[in-house]
Amino acid sequence: MSFEVNGNTFAQQPRAGQCLRTFLRELGHFGVKKGCDAGDCGACTVLLDGEPVHSCLIPAFRAEGRAVTTIEGLGGDHGTHPMQQAFLDAQGFQCGFCTAGMILTCASLNQAQRTDLGSALKGNICRCTGYGAIEDALLGRTNVEASVEAGAAFGRSLPAPAGPDVVRGKARYTFDAAIDGLLHVKLARSPHAHARIVAIDASDALNVPGVHAVLTHEDAPSILISTARHEKDWMDPEDTRVLDDVVRFIGQRIAAVVAESEAAAEEACRRLKVDYEILPALIDPELAMTPGAPIIHPDRTTANRMADPQRNLAAETHGEFGDVAAALATSAVTYEATFHSHRVQHAALETHGGLAWRDEAGVLNVRTSTQVPFLTRRALSDIFELPIDKVRVFCERVGGGFGGKQEMFVEDILALAALKTGRPVKLEFTREEQFVATSTRHPMRVHIKAGADASGKLTALQLDVLSNTGAYGNHAGPVMFHSLSESIAVYNCPNKRVDGYAVYTNTVPAGAFRGYGLPQTLIAIEAAIDELARQLGISPYEMRRRNIVREGDPMLSPPPSEFHDVLYGSYGLDQCLDLVERAMQADVPQPELSPDWLIGDGIALTMIDSAPPAGHFADATIALSEDGFDLTVGTAEFGNGTSTVHRQIAANTLATTVDRIHLRQSDTAHGGHDTGAYGSAGTFVAGKATHAASMQLADELKAAAAAAWLCDVGTCVLEDNAVVSGVRRMNFTELAKLARERGQPFAGSGNSAGTPRSVGFNVQGFRIAVNKGTGELRILRSVQAADAGIVANPMQCRGQVEGGVAQAIGAALYEEMVIDAEGRVTNPKFRDYHLPSFADVPRTEVYFADTSDTIGPLGAKSMSESPYNPVAAALGNAIANATGIRFTAPPFKPDRLFPALHDKFGD
Amino acid sequence: MDLNTITAVAHPQTRMQLPVWTAGDAWLAGGTWLLSEPQAHLTRLIDLTDLKWPALTITDSHLSIAATCTIAELDGLTCPPDWLAAPLINQCCRAFLASFKIWKTATIGGNLCMSLPAGPMISLTSALDGVCTIWKAGGGEQRIPVAEFVTGNQRNRLTPGDLLRQIDIPISALKRRTAFRQISLAPVGRSAALLIGSLDVDGTLNLTVTASTVRPIQLSFGKAPDANALRDAIAQQVTDELYHTDIHGRPFWRKHMTFRLAEEIRRELLETMPS
Repeated sequence: MSFEVNGNTFAQQPRAGQCLRTFLRELGHFGVKKGCDAGDCGACTVLLDGEPVHSCLIPAFRAEGRAVTTIEGLGGDHGTHPMQQAFLDAQGFQCGFCTAGMILTCASLNQAQRTDLGSALKGNICRCTGYGAIEDALLGRTNVEASVEAGAAFGRSLPAPAGPDVVRGKARYTFDAAIDGLLHVKLARSPHAHARIVAIDASDALNVPGVHAVLTHEDAPSILISTARHEKDWMDPEDTRVLDDVVRFIGQRIAAVVAESEAAAEEACRRLKVDYEILPALIDPELAMTPGAPIIHPDRTTANRMADPQRNLAAETHGEFGDVAAALATSAVTYEATFHSHRVQHAALETHGGLAWRDEAGVLNVRTSTQVPFLTRRALSDIFELPIDKVRVFCERVGGGFGGKQEMFVEDILALAALKTGRPVKLEFTREEQFVATSTRHPMRVHIKAGADASGKLTALQLDVLSNTGAYGNHAGPVMFHSLSESIAVYNCPNKRVDGYAVYTNTVPAGAFRGYGLPQTLIAIEAAIDELARQLGISPYEMRRRNIVREGDPMLSPPPSEFHDVLYGSYGLDQCLDLVERAMQADVPQPELSPDWLIGDGIALTMIDSAPPAGHFADATIALSEDGFDLTVGTAEFGNGTSTVHRQIAANTLATTVDRIHLRQSDTAHGGHDTGAYGSAGTFVAGKATHAASMQLADELKAAAAAAWLCDVGTCVLEDNAVVSGVRRMNFTELAKLARERGQPFAGSGNSAGTPRSVGFNVQGFRIAVNKGTGELRILRSVQAADAGIVANPMQCRGQVEGGVAQAIGAALYEEMVIDAEGRVTNPKFRDYHLPSFADVPRTEVYFADTSDTIGPLGAKSMSESPYNPVAAALGNAIANATGIRFTAPPFKPDRLFPALHDKFGD
Repeated sequence: MDLNTITAVAHPQTRMQLPVWTAGDAWLAGGTWLLSEPQAHLTRLIDLTDLKWPALTITDSHLSIAATCTIAELDGLTCPPDWLAAPLINQCCRAFLASFKIWKTATIGGNLCMSLPAGPMISLTSALDGVCTIWKAGGGEQRIPVAEFVTGNQRNRLTPGDLLRQIDIPISALKRRTAFRQISLAPVGRSAALLIGSLDVDGTLNLTVTASTVRPIQLSFGKAPDANALRDAIAQQVTDELYHTDIHGRPFWRKHMTFRLAEEIRRELLETMPS
């Protein structure tokens, strides 16, 4: 048997049950990606005799005698296939993990399929883009600006630097590294929601040929940690062990097997004999605080940073400004209702995982899929009592994050396995493990009371939140606090009250998720604003205009915050409302719809602080070299586009072009610190550090030229890759030579502490149609206005908005993790967890407010999480407007809408 | 995904060469479901490829579809002009949750043997009065209508070692006028109700209910039913416990969609009839 891949013949033989995907990767074709390994996502698409197939579903032996083409071979001798070029021109990707499969599929479509992309692309999931840029690629549109003059990069739609590698399958993601002597780790997981491990008998497991070690709680440090990674450890409870002798959810890891192959490790996992003492389980969060409920962390105290372990309380908050009860009693109109937001998964296409090894210098290296390499290094240093300089954590390109990788789910196990065996190790989660054993969005029950006077001024806002953090409290407190912060601070209202509880249950933990709690409360608050407006006969736009904070108004949410660093660096909420209202009023052709379809409009708004509270740090350094500048930042690239923006900031500041800025990123070995790419901080915080470093270097360059010219440095400016003073001009290449001669490079460093913070805004508008006979929902128009300050890269920022809207449409209309009465996730696969595909996502019209931020770098502010936040709320409002029925629990699926529609409208 | 417990693959070329069925065996046709989930209980795959069954055979009386015929092969069939039911083939293919890429590999037999309520090839072949031929494990053959082959959600009449050989569709069924309706929770999602109606030359209305029910349910109306008669017949024959429930649709909704789509089919087929 021999195999032909991209025109090369291979003599290697696949294993009997091996699929083509892993065989191709073993042959070195890392462009073939694993998104689901089950045929649902299309990331592993290759051509077999010219026809696209999902290589994860093809037994490898069937490729014998057939021609396989992977993304690396698509361009043939010419290097770039026209479809690869189209994806570059349109920038039809963000993280790029789906791109190889997407391009191979798109390149295979016939004319008929290209007129029906919804159907043709239903086997290709992109979690980042919202498909708009992918459609652009197929339509031959160019979204990138070819090149701009020196010093003018900022504010332009420059392409992502990794683009050429992404479309050719050469960009290296976490698992795209071949290491000799690699051992594989598989985790045995608990079948019980709550149990104590009495004993683990690993003798059978250790007898499996190729097994090197079975690691259990007896091998793991006993230190209590949180999987959540924050700059300040006090934000999360200490409730988690690397490997615990108590399991608190189905899927919790109980042992790690290290073996020569995944097959051996899996077999050993199956042969572990675990003796459990079953404990009563708590699944329903409503019962968590009731007397007699099972206690999930009985041995912990408030010293472990939990609010009240004996009541299963990870965190709680209470506060009131004014007198809500009195205000409600005298309000002209009031509204009260309970909303439930469900459990959804990040579904980043690259699963969690990584590789770890100890090098000759004794440094533990961890190559991982993370948003937070520096905070993970700190955690590993703490857990394994290693000096911080003996731990290196890094990532190259990360295949999507969405908050799910602001956690440490694999690195501690990788470190343990590498340290115990002394061998390089790899752990790659399956898609099922992503669902059952990482983290989810926090499900929340939100009870709201609101009142307004006859003029439409809010009189009272009260929220009671019950957040289900699952078995562990990673992000429990910060998410709950955040959900009760900007959501109500954006409205002026004299009487506000909040009560929040984040409770433990014996279910898969919730964690950081795009929006960080705000979408779950916004759906209640934005509904209340609409319902009050409806009672008063005021338009939803006008109602909001009468109540939103205006520049200078205090942004208040009880209880008083200890962080007073949020300022109006800029303000564009009024513009966002106007932009959406104008766009929604525009005359556009409506599709022909039968009388069964009820049409309605809905809007919702959101405010977001431009960085997390309590400090978010970033260091950047930049040095002049003979072929440009070497820029080093800590922040990670996972599709957020910050690699592009950092180069733009530096190029602008240093009067050069982005191609001369060589970026190194997300590697603790580069030095400095970076809190991480979360909380929308990649541009606002890390970008400020890059700006500061670039400014410092600019000053150095000017000073050097001034010294050479014996002129006043004040007369020197940077212009077109040179320092200029009057008629004198010294270009950067000469300066680099000068530096070499004097033996000291020109370099600048900068940092940012993430304070003060600014605020960004988004307003989403939808026109939808609901079929009263079937419950089907169609989005007829989608409009979002965003206030991102000076938009660093309009194409990328539009992509963030489109992608955020698409992901939120998924959560609002389709996606739902179902947990049964025993606490088991019943649908841990993409075919049962419907991610938005091309057919599900409308084009969103994106508008930007015209503002310039006084705090953010070059006038920019954050715009990555927040486009997600108002979407479910706006859809809920549109459905209420269309049907006259207020639905309070997404996902708004046809089978959920139908009963109430049937009651109201009949057959 | 890799099936790491598989240690051997058999490649029989004739029925005689089929290995004796043993615990841990699985037939490998397209493999699109088999490789999509962990199969730790399996040790050997029996690859059906080398049996080289002709995918599609048209005789005077039947269209014979080999169990190993791929979805794409069936979808690509050029049907004679008098096969009025021909559009059903593509309509049912498009009802797959999976995309055209999977159609190149997945097989008609595999779809039937999975016996999911939403299996669109079950909808197609049962609506067209298809009959399964099963090679019994102990030898001999068994013929059974598709509508009876599938007995419930992921349940059918196969016993261990049985092999579905082919499905025969009578040409007469392919010459009927048909109407197709499907609904799911998402625009291109998994079918939550898939109904097919067809009209015999003698005026008999046949209605096949799938996806909303755990197995195909067939109703036949010798006399053209009005809306009430149709409704009553469905209510009587599709009892509540037959409605399927899972993440792809709640039973209350599936039931109402069944009534709704059935009525749409009745109108399409009967109200446009020349009087």
